[in-house]
Amino acid sequence: MTVEDLAAQPVIEISDVSASYNGYPVLEDINLTVYDTDFIGLIGPNGGGKTTLLKVILGLLKPTRGSVRIMGKTVEDGRCSVGYVPQVVEMDREFPIRVWEVVQMGLLGCRKPFQRISKTEREIIRHALTQVDMLELEQRAIGELSVGQRQRVYIARALATSPSILLLDEPTASVDPQIATSIYDMLARLNETVTIIMVSHDMNAVSAYVKTIGCLNTTLHYHGTKEITEEMAQAMYECPVDLIAHGLPHRVLSPHTHTHTHDHIGDHHHD
Amino acid sequence: MIEALQYGFMRNALAAGILVSIATGIIGTYIVTNRIVFLSGGIAHAAYGGIGLGYLLGINPTFGAIAFALASAMGMGLVHRRTKERSDTIIGIMWAIGMALGIIFLDLSPGYKADLMSYLFGSILAVPTSDLFIMLVLNAIIVTLVFLFYRPLQAISFDETFATVVSVPVDQLYLMLIGMVALTVVMTMRIVGLIMVIALLTIPPAIAGLYVRDMKRMMLVSVLLSIAFTIIGLALSYTLNLTSGATIILVAGFSYFLSYALKSLTRK
Repeated sequence: MTVEDLAAQPVIEISDVSASYNGYPVLEDINLTVYDTDFIGLIGPNGGGKTTLLKVILGLLKPTRGSVRIMGKTVEDGRCSVGYVPQVVEMDREFPIRVWEVVQMGLLGCRKPFQRISKTEREIIRHALTQVDMLELEQRAIGELSVGQRQRVYIARALATSPSILLLDEPTASVDPQIATSIYDMLARLNETVTIIMVSHDMNAVSAYVKTIGCLNTTLHYHGTKEITEEMAQAMYECPVDLIAHGLPHRVLSPHTHTHTHDHIGDHHHD
Repeated sequence: MIEALQYGFMRNALAAGILVSIATGIIGTYIVTNRIVFLSGGIAHAAYGGIGLGYLLGINPTFGAIAFALASAMGMGLVHRRTKERSDTIIGIMWAIGMALGIIFLDLSPGYKADLMSYLFGSILAVPTSDLFIMLVLNAIIVTLVFLFYRPLQAISFDETFATVVSVPVDQLYLMLIGMVALTVVMTMRIVGLIMVIALLTIPPAIAGLYVRDMKRMMLVSVLLSIAFTIIGLALSYTLNLTSGATIILVAGFSYFLSYALKSLTRK
């Protein structure tokens, strides 16, 4: 059974999208319909266009061809329903800003300027910080936090936008496994009401928590299922070393690709 | 020093120092955290074109400087926004063109240019009361804008991408910020001259940044440091009979290295 059968509402519709950087094509003919409360794990090799696809969805990069609709609206109007969690590395640690102020950014824009922080807004920030277990550190400067803590602050900031859709770019890169598990558990909980698209290198986590998997290597291989088909495995053959080294957990592989990959996998998890 | 205050020019100098410090402390914090020190230096030097134009047209050179600073700020700001690669090269070119235009305009304007050096090296002891009024107005504009747009300005400074995603008007706010930099540069020019403007804009926030991790506090500490440097520099230059602008900068620069050393020692 595919997700379409559930008659859920499409929240993101990507049709025939191609995108390039400096004339160099990064995405080609991407078609993807995301339905309400989907949880899509996007995997693929470095430079395969995963982050670029998120940027196109968010309107940070104009596609050379094709269109993106969010909640039936243009990207500029629709992205107010989207919470974005960027890669944690792209940040100035010296910047003088507190945890609370970072999360407050989620309440900017998409609403009128000059608005004072109302009581409900304060509650939203408090709630977002509680969900990622960071409320105690609300007055800390962002530069004083560990990578994992900063990652959680970014997730809280995305949650503060009260999103219908969450886009996460490598949310557990450079986070220790315990924190990663707590982040995934939290995402699974949020997924009851929020649609999630997550870019990840962490195959194990992707397979354990997401509902469906897509593989992106300039073109997108996505069938609305959790199984990795032969063509996806083919596309993934160029995936980064750590992905291959960690091994693909058994249950995400469809039976006949399984035999192809089995011998090559060193660190194999039977769970 | 105290008896020096009986002179009107000394009282004006103090008032100018305090007024300028308010602007440099606030805007300098944005310059340092946004890493646009080079761009701000470019604006300061390009403003020289406006001073030359002021002499040529026979109007107050300060107004010429404001116009040139704002125009070059918008140009450099757009270059900085649109071309991510090597925008510093283009800014450097605009910096030099502005300066050269000023020199040519001065060549073309007749008569003796009495206080030309004061724009280059500052003349805090020769600030007329009318300029104090201009400074007061510019300060009011800057403080009001920063008060109204504090949160979105912090957002675009910290994480422009996220600000764009939540539909904050990043481009407009950025140009507004650069415009405020231009106004501050023109004001500061009066005190330390356009060549050393960048020092007074960056040293106080750089010291503040060593000790505080909060933007509002960084602004407040920068303002206070800037006032202290100006007054100490002024007093030293008065008693030792040295050029005021350069003395102020040396006091600030010496304090920076002292703070830096102190910070490195206490960290261990």
